[in-house]
Amino acid sequence: MENIYMPVQARILSIVPHTDIEVNFRIEFNSLCKPGQFVEVSIPKYGEAPISICGIGPGFIDLTLRRVGVVTEALYDFKVGDSLFVRGPYGNGFDMEDFINKEVIVAAGGSGLAPVKGIVDYFYDNPDLTKGCQLLVGFKSPKDFLFKESLKLWPKNIQLLITVDSAPEGYAGNIGLITKYIESLVIKDIETAQVVVVGPPMMMKFTVAEFLKRGIKEENLWVSYERKMCCGVGKCGHCKMNDTYICLDGPVFKYSEAKNIVD
Amino acid sequence: MGIKMSVVAFDAALKNLEEKYRIYAPATLSGMNTFSDTELIRYEEVKSITEIEFGKKAQYSAKEVVMPITQTLFYFTEDQYIEPKIDEKKVLVFLRSCDIHSFNRLDEIYLKNKFSDKYYKVLRDKVKFVLIGCEFSFENCFCVSMECNTTEDYSFYVKPVGDQVLLDIKDEEFKAIFIGESVEVKPDFVNENIVKVSVPDGLGIKVFNHPMWREYDSRCIACGRCNFVCPTCTCYTMQDIFYKDNKKNGERRRVWASCHVEGYTEMAGGHGYRKLNGERMRFKTMHKVYDFKKRFGYHMCTGCGRCDDVCPQYISFSNCINKLNNVVKEVE
Repeated sequence: MENIYMPVQARILSIVPHTDIEVNFRIEFNSLCKPGQFVEVSIPKYGEAPISICGIGPGFIDLTLRRVGVVTEALYDFKVGDSLFVRGPYGNGFDMEDFINKEVIVAAGGSGLAPVKGIVDYFYDNPDLTKGCQLLVGFKSPKDFLFKESLKLWPKNIQLLITVDSAPEGYAGNIGLITKYIESLVIKDIETAQVVVVGPPMMMKFTVAEFLKRGIKEENLWVSYERKMCCGVGKCGHCKMNDTYICLDGPVFKYSEAKNIVD
Repeated sequence: MGIKMSVVAFDAALKNLEEKYRIYAPATLSGMNTFSDTELIRYEEVKSITEIEFGKKAQYSAKEVVMPITQTLFYFTEDQYIEPKIDEKKVLVFLRSCDIHSFNRLDEIYLKNKFSDKYYKVLRDKVKFVLIGCEFSFENCFCVSMECNTTEDYSFYVKPVGDQVLLDIKDEEFKAIFIGESVEVKPDFVNENIVKVSVPDGLGIKVFNHPMWREYDSRCIACGRCNFVCPTCTCYTMQDIFYKDNKKNGERRRVWASCHVEGYTEMAGGHGYRKLNGERMRFKTMHKVYDFKKRFGYHMCTGCGRCDDVCPQYISFSNCINKLNNVVKEVE
C-alpha cells in the first residue's frame, strides 16, 4: 500500500533571491500540477511545510519561500545541486479552463502572488487565450518586490499595476493599498470578468469587498486560502474550516462558496 | 446463544491467544491519576480478565490502539526515510458499544476522506473487538441520543459474573478457543440515559456568531483534555526530532493535537485563527454534531460523555448541544 507521507527526493536546480528573506527555489519535479496547488516540502529532522507552486515548467516547479518557519529557515542553507524532499501536489488549484477566453483580473498581496503567478504566466505566454489579463499586485515596500524579472517582462502582454503600502520619499511608483485602485480599474465586462484575489487575510477581505462593490459576480470571484497544515491529505485537521478541508477541497474556492466557510 | 465458562478457564484461553494477539482492555491504576489518591482508568495490555475494569467507564478511549499518542512515521539516517517495523501480533480490544462506534468515525477520516493512511490501516486491520456490556448508564453518558448504545460489530461479548464468565461468540476463530457450557447470553445494552441530547436540525454558519459561544471564552481554559479523552478526535501534529548524540539521525512523528489548545491554527510567521476559546468550543462542537455529518452522513459524537467527565471547568458538552436547540430557533 502506498504511503502518502513518503516524500520524493528533488534536486535544487536554481536558487534566486527575491528579497532579504524571500527566495525562489527551482526544483526537479515531474508530477502534473496546476497553479494554486501546493507541495509539502519535507526536510528530514526539521519538518514539513506546505508551499505554493509558483511556477511550472518541463521537469521542474518553482517554490517561493519566506524565511519565517523552521523548515524555511533550514532551507536557507541549501545550495544548487543539493536535494530536498517533497510530496504532492495537493489541493485543487486553479483550473485554467475557468479563465481561458475570458477577461481575467488577478489581485495579489505580497507572497499571495506565488499561488497565482502561474495564471499570469499562462496568459503572458498565451495572450490570444484571454480577453484581457490584468495583474494588480501590492507589496509592503519597494524592497519587498517578488519575481522582479517577471514584473519586468509581464507588461508586454499583461496590464500590470504595482503598488506599495509605503515607500521612502522620492519613490516614483504607486503608493497605497490595492483596494484604492479597484474603483477606477477598467473592467470591460463586469458580468463575465473572472477575478482572483489572494493575499493576507485582511487584504483579501477588503479587496473582495471592493470587487463585489464594482459588481463582480460572486461565482466569478476566486480566492485561495492559506492555513496551517501538517499532512496535506485531510487527516491532521489543522486546516479545517467548518466542514471544509482546505487541503482537499481548496485551497482555491469560488467566493460564492468561500463566503460560507468560517474558521 | 452463548456459553458459560469459569474465570480460570477463560484466562487459560486468553493465554492461548497471547501468542497471536496483544490484548488491550480498560484497567484501573490506583493512585495514578492527576490528583493524589485518584485512580486512572485507561487502556493497558492485560493477561487476565481480573485485570479488566468492567464496573466503571474508562477515562480514556480505546483509540490509542490504532492512533498511538505518539507514532513514529519515519526514521531518518542522512537523507533516507525508513518506515518503522510493524508489530506482527494482532490486537484484541475490550470496549463498550459507544467506543466500537467511534472506530467507524476514525475510519472515515483515516481510511476515506480522499486518501487512505497506511499507518492507521496497518493497525486497524489487526483489531478485533470484544464487547463489554453496559448494565446501567454511567454519569454523563448520552449514547442513546447519539444512537451508539447498541452494536452488532464485535467478535465476542464478555460478562464476568462471580467466578464465571458469560460469552456470546460471533467470530468462528474464537469459538474454538473459548469453550464452555451452552447458555443463553444476550449483551447488556442501555436503552435510556439520564442525560438526553437532541441535535437540532438547521445548524449552520448562522449559529457560529451567536453570543452563546461567548460564555466559553472565559469558562474554557483551552487545556484540550476533552479532545484527548474523546474517542473520535483524530487530529495530529507532525513533529521532527533529531537525536542529541547524533544530529544526522532523527525521526518524524505524529502526536495527538487538540483544536482547543493554543497554536492549533498558528502558521509560520505567527498568524492564527480562532483566538477566542469560545470560537474553539464552537469549532469542536460543530465538528462533532454538524459538519462531520455533512461530509460522512452521521454524527461524529458517540455520546460517551468523557469530555464532560474530564473538563476541569465543568463544561458540559451535552448541555452545549442542547442549548443549540434554542439558538437555532433564535437565528431562524
